[in-house]
Formats: sequence, C-alpha cells, structure tokens
Amino acid sequence: MMHLPLAFLSDFGDAIDFILHTREAQTGTVQVGGLAEVLDFTWEHIKVSGAAIGVACAFAVPVGLVLGHAGKGELLAISISNVGRAVPSLALIAFFVAYLGVGFTNVTLALVLLAIPPILTNTYVGVRQVDPDVIDAARGMGLSPGEVVRRIELPLALPSIFGGIRTSAVNVVATATIAPLAGVLTLGDFILSANVYGQDGRLAGAIVVALLALFVELAFATLQRVVTPRGLTLRDP
Amino acid sequence: MTTLAQVQFHERSGDSCIARNDFCPGWIVDHFDRYTDPLLQHIFLTVTAVACGFAIAFVLALVARRRHWLNGPILGVTGVLYTLPSLAVFFLLLPITGRGNTTALIALTAYTLQIIFRNIVTGLENVPAEARDAGIGMGLTDRQLLWRVELPLALPDVIAGLRIATTTTVGLATLAVFAGAGGLGEQIVTGSNITFKTGVVAAGGLAVLLALALDMVLLGVQRVLTPWRRARPA
Amino acid sequence: MRRGQFPALVMAIAALGCMLLLGACGDDDNKSSDSGSTSGKLIERNPDNAGKKITVGSKNFTEEFILGEIYAQALQAAGYDIKTDLNLGDAQIALKALKAGDIDAYPEYTSTALTSFFKVQPQDIPKDAQDAIDQTQSKFAQEGLVAFDPTTFTSANAVGMLKKKADELGVQKVSDLKGKSQDLTLYGSPECRQRVDCLVGLEKYYGLKFKKFTPVDIGLRYDVLDKGQADVSIIFTTDAQLSTRDDVVTLEDDKKVFPPGNVTFVARKQTADSAGPDLKETVENVQQGLTERVMQELNARVDVDREEPRAVAKAYLRESGYIK
Repeated sequence: MMHLPLAFLSDFGDAIDFILHTREAQTGTVQVGGLAEVLDFTWEHIKVSGAAIGVACAFAVPVGLVLGHAGKGELLAISISNVGRAVPSLALIAFFVAYLGVGFTNVTLALVLLAIPPILTNTYVGVRQVDPDVIDAARGMGLSPGEVVRRIELPLALPSIFGGIRTSAVNVVATATIAPLAGVLTLGDFILSANVYGQDGRLAGAIVVALLALFVELAFATLQRVVTPRGLTLRDP
Repeated sequence: MTTLAQVQFHERSGDSCIARNDFCPGWIVDHFDRYTDPLLQHIFLTVTAVACGFAIAFVLALVARRRHWLNGPILGVTGVLYTLPSLAVFFLLLPITGRGNTTALIALTAYTLQIIFRNIVTGLENVPAEARDAGIGMGLTDRQLLWRVELPLALPDVIAGLRIATTTTVGLATLAVFAGAGGLGEQIVTGSNITFKTGVVAAGGLAVLLALALDMVLLGVQRVLTPWRRARPA
Repeated sequence: MRRGQFPALVMAIAALGCMLLLGACGDDDNKSSDSGSTSGKLIERNPDNAGKKITVGSKNFTEEFILGEIYAQALQAAGYDIKTDLNLGDAQIALKALKAGDIDAYPEYTSTALTSFFKVQPQDIPKDAQDAIDQTQSKFAQEGLVAFDPTTFTSANAVGMLKKKADELGVQKVSDLKGKSQDLTLYGSPECRQRVDCLVGLEKYYGLKFKKFTPVDIGLRYDVLDKGQADVSIIFTTDAQLSTRDDVVTLEDDKKVFPPGNVTFVARKQTADSAGPDLKETVENVQQGLTERVMQELNARVDVDREEPRAVAKAYLRESGYIK
C-alpha cells in the first residue's frame, strides 16, 4: 500500500524522536528508546563486529601471505571466496545457534567465518600482484623469504588487503543486525523486536544501522587510501 | 454408548534421529515438499532482482559510456545502496511500500546495481582498441559498434558481474522473510526452526546449492555466447 | 472367447472390485485402534457463508500457530473464505493488527488480555475461571471486539529450570530464588521484559534481581537451558517438553504472578456480526476437543516431531471427527 509522501516523512520524524527521547513502551510498564539505549546497542554492534573482523584478520592475513608468497593454492583461495559468497548469513547464524547455542562467542564465530573469505582472497591476490622483478631484486639483495614477505610483499599488498577488510567489515556489520536472533543485542533488536520498541523504534534501528554501515565503509575506504602508495593504481576488489 | 473420537497420543521414546535433534538426511528427502514453495519463491526473488538490476545497470552504463564524468556519481550512489544492510533497507522502505514482495525486490535489486554496473563499464573499457578501430574502419555506426563489437567482447566481464550479483542475492534473499516475502529464510526463522538442526542445514544447503547452480547456468550462458573464447584457456 | 464367458468375466471383475472397495473402507476402522466411532460434531459446509472473508491471525509461538490453523481450517470447512496471517508477533502486535483490520480474528489468552491489554494486576484477576472470562469478554466488548466462549484448557507462563540445577540450589518455589537469583541468568521472550506476568512481575512481586536477562525467541526457551546458557527460562505450562522430558521442572508460582488463561477467539465486531451464527458455533464447537493433554500432544507433534502446524491442525480436526 502506498502512503502519501507526507505520511512517511512524519514516520521518519517519529523515528528520530525515538532515538533522542525515551518514552513509555506500548505496554506501559517500562521505558524504551533514548540516546543511552541506542548507544548501548551501537556499542554492542561494534563490539561483536570488531571482534569478528579482528579474529578473521588474525587468521586470514597470515595464511593469505604465506599462500601468496609460495604461489600455491590459487584454486583454493578463489573457491573459498565463491563458496563464501554463496552461504547466506542467516543460515550461518542459524547453524551456529542450532549446533552451539546462543551467545556472544557463538555469534562472533559465525561472523568470523563470514569475514574470512574476502580477506583471505584479497591478501592472496594482493601478494600475487607484486611485481616479480621487485621480489627478484630483493632476493638479490640478500633478503630472506620471511623478510621478503614482511618488507616487500606485505606493504605492497596492503591496499588489496584493506580492500578485503573493507568488504568484510561492511558484510559483518550488516549481518550483526540479525545477531539478536542469537541473543546478542545489537542495533538489530530495534528492528527484530518491534513489539518491544514500536514502529518508531524499528525505523530508528534501521536508520542507525544504515548510518553505521556507511560510516564503517567510509572509514575503511579512507584507511585503504592511506595505505596506498602514491602512483599505485587501486583496483577495487 | 458412543465414545467421542480421540486424538491419538503418540509414544515418544526420544530415540529417533529427529527427537534427538541430530542431522537426519532421510528426513529431508521425506519432507522435501516443505521446501518446494520457499525454494520457488527464493528463485523468483533472486532472478527478478538480478534481471531488474541488470536492466537498470545496463541503461546507466550506456548513459555513462559517452559521459565518463557520470561514472563517479553513479558508482557513488550504487555504492551507498550496496553498503546499506538489506534488513535496514526493508524497514526503511516499510512506510512507503509496506510488507511483501515489492519491498524485498527493491532492496535486493538496489544491492546488485554497483557490481553489475561496474563490470559492464569495465568490460566496455577493456575492449581492445584494435577491435574498435577495425569496426570503425569497416564503417560501423556508433550503435553498431556498441552492439556488434564492444558488448560481445565485454560479455565475460558482464557475466562475471552477474555471477557475483546472483550469488550474493541468493544469500540476501534468505532475509526476505523479514520483509514478509517468504523464501528459504522462512524455514529458518519461523517458530522453533532455528533450533532444528536438520531443517537449518536443509534450508541453508538449498540456498548454497541454488547459488552454485545459478552460477553454473550463467557460466554456461557465457560459454554459449562467446564461442571464440573456447580456444583460449579461461 | 466363447459366448457366456464374457458376462461371467465382467461379473467376476465387478465382484473383485466390490471386495477391494469394502476392504478399503474397512481399513479405516483398523487405523484408529483406541478411538471409538466418530462423534465430534462434524462441521457442515454452509453455502450462506461463501464469500464471507475472514483473515485469521496468530501470535508467534507453536501453540498459537496450531490454534490459528485449527480455527482457520474449521471455519474453512464451514464454508467461509479464509486467509491466514499467522506469526504476526507478540500480543501487542496482534491486537494492533486486529484493531487496524489487518486481521479479523485471532486466538488470545484471557490472562494475557487482562494483564497486557487491560492492565489488570495478576493478583487481581478473578480466581473463578468464569468470572475471569466474563471480565475479559466485557473489556474486549468495550474495544469493539467480540471474545467468544473460551477453551477448557488453560496455559500459563512458568519459571523453568533444569532439574539438576533446581536440586543443586534447593529451590521448589519461585520465591525460593530470593537471595540466589543475582547469580542466575534468566532467558525469556523479547516482550517478557515488559510483561507483568513475566520479568516485570518477577522483579516487582517476587523482588528478584537476576544477574542478566537475555531476550531470545520463544522457540529457543528449552534450547538455552540445554546448552547451558540459561539457568532459568520462561516456559509454558502446556509445553510438550514438560511431558516428554523429565529433566526440566517448573517452580511453583506461590505469589500467583503467572495467572493461567483460557484461549478465546477474539474477532472484530463487524466480522462477527456479518459472519452469521456459524462463526460462533464453529469456533466453540471445534475447541471442545482441546483438553490440556490434547494441546500438549499437538505441541509435541510440532516441537518434538517437527511436523508443520498446518498438518497437525488438520490431523487434530480429522482425528477428533470435526472434518473428514
């Protein structure tokens, strides 16, 4: 059903009001809304997303570097990316809830699995794209393989790596919206438990999570630009 | 004396695979009919969203072909649409389009725009200059150049974009249940389904298989439409 | 073929066919071994009801799905034009949908209606079931809603724990949790935070403060106990698991904060008026078979056997003799 434009503008106004002021819930028993509650859920959202990305990087970057340096496992790296993209985030969360139960750790684990493929693939590809001449020159100067990875390949692959982290970060923040299904109260709770927070709360949750996602994208895009040496053309992953 | 009809009380020993909540592949085969409607709805949502996304992105790419300054803004807007979490978009649209297929389709289509648009543009840009020159040399008009030379050569990139868009859309369409549009997600979040190991694996597994199947179909389409590439390694 | 043989062959085949048909009819008696002859009032299709549209809704947990389907399928058998919109959400959302006309009717519990809609405190709910029903019906009537006569079975929220844990803490009543609850985690539905027959009542009337309250979907209420995340979980007295498992116990509600409620089919007045007498008659007829034990059995078929509510509702209507 299409509403008149004026009608939905007022809905958005009510949602903004929800973010700023607490009000009595529909049942009349408790208070909902307000900046404190919104910030609480935002922090939880950032916590679970950050934890997942951190763990994913800790795993995927070293593995990607090693594989990329050795030139092995290209099929694996690309396939992981394709299969990873095909697994629905909802199914992943549900799988962990069904097998391991609800809770912060379990949700983080699911999000880690979600975050690994883009980071792994981009690290691998980033290392493979380093000019072989540069590596030969480095070897010629007497650098050990480990030093080649640390001092040549890693820095040159950084733009690609950060591109992967950026993609993962946006995916994880988006998926963390359904974390309330697993008992972790992120901004998604405003959306999924509209009975508690009301229509205003639900729209407010959608607005805040959209802004958070945009902010994360912007932050990582900036980071990616910062680590890109001038003169190196950035190919978006 | 007539006795009232009775509901049968079943014996439940807790021994069966389902009672223990283990993974029971046999159950999936026996109860597959539970998944056919959600699967069909899922296919409908995915194919419609990607088709609409392709149509819109294609038009945008054609418009930007001779006006390269448009690339930045278009990538910017489609990029924002790509970044917004789908669940948020469903409920941002709710006041305007309500619950149902329309809301889900708008959100899913919007998500595909950036990747498809970017790949069409890249594909067109990567057409070798020699091919373009040859075409001009043969006297082709600009429109003929586009449709007979540039687009066929850009096809692999375009299909690559469609493949990525399709795979991600299948994944996102599981969330369509929250917008009231059904799909495989219905079998995951309704009632106590989220604790039902066999059911979760079945619904999730079907989504993954669907994504891989559609991916193969598009790959096949590419092979059919670009026979000249078969001679070279992919 | 010789003359005379052809008619004989036809007779033989006809006889064989008759025997097979009789055999098939006879089979039905063998299936339902411990039930007697059908005598639940069979629902008759009334052609006057054709074209009368009714949208039946339900709240968001197993028992509500089953009840919604039972009423919907029964009314369909009576000839109404039925649509379902089950799994709307919690009581507040369902009531809102009803008042807005998104649905025309849904099953509600008298206790939930009195405490959540009409702000009656649990201890003020009439002890006499009939008085509680009368109060519910008159309060709904003031909102332009008709609450039909309710079921005989009742259901209530309950405080559940694993038997192991309850024994370990030595608790049998909810008030035994005083002094212990600050070390315990409580899991309940999202709306439990706001309901007086849930977290609000536990804090207000029992004076309990839990270490943490985590809201999860109603469908997870036993899973969180099993996986060790919840020390205490809010469950329902008609849950299948309470009869199929012996490792879960409910604590006695000594302060009467969780009042039992009968189920009443609540409809918009316009719908009730235009639907004719069959609406009331069908609804009150089809719920006769719903004893507490039967409701538990139906819940078990969905939650334990993982059958779909629609199929379970149909089986109930068939087995009880309301539809063929």
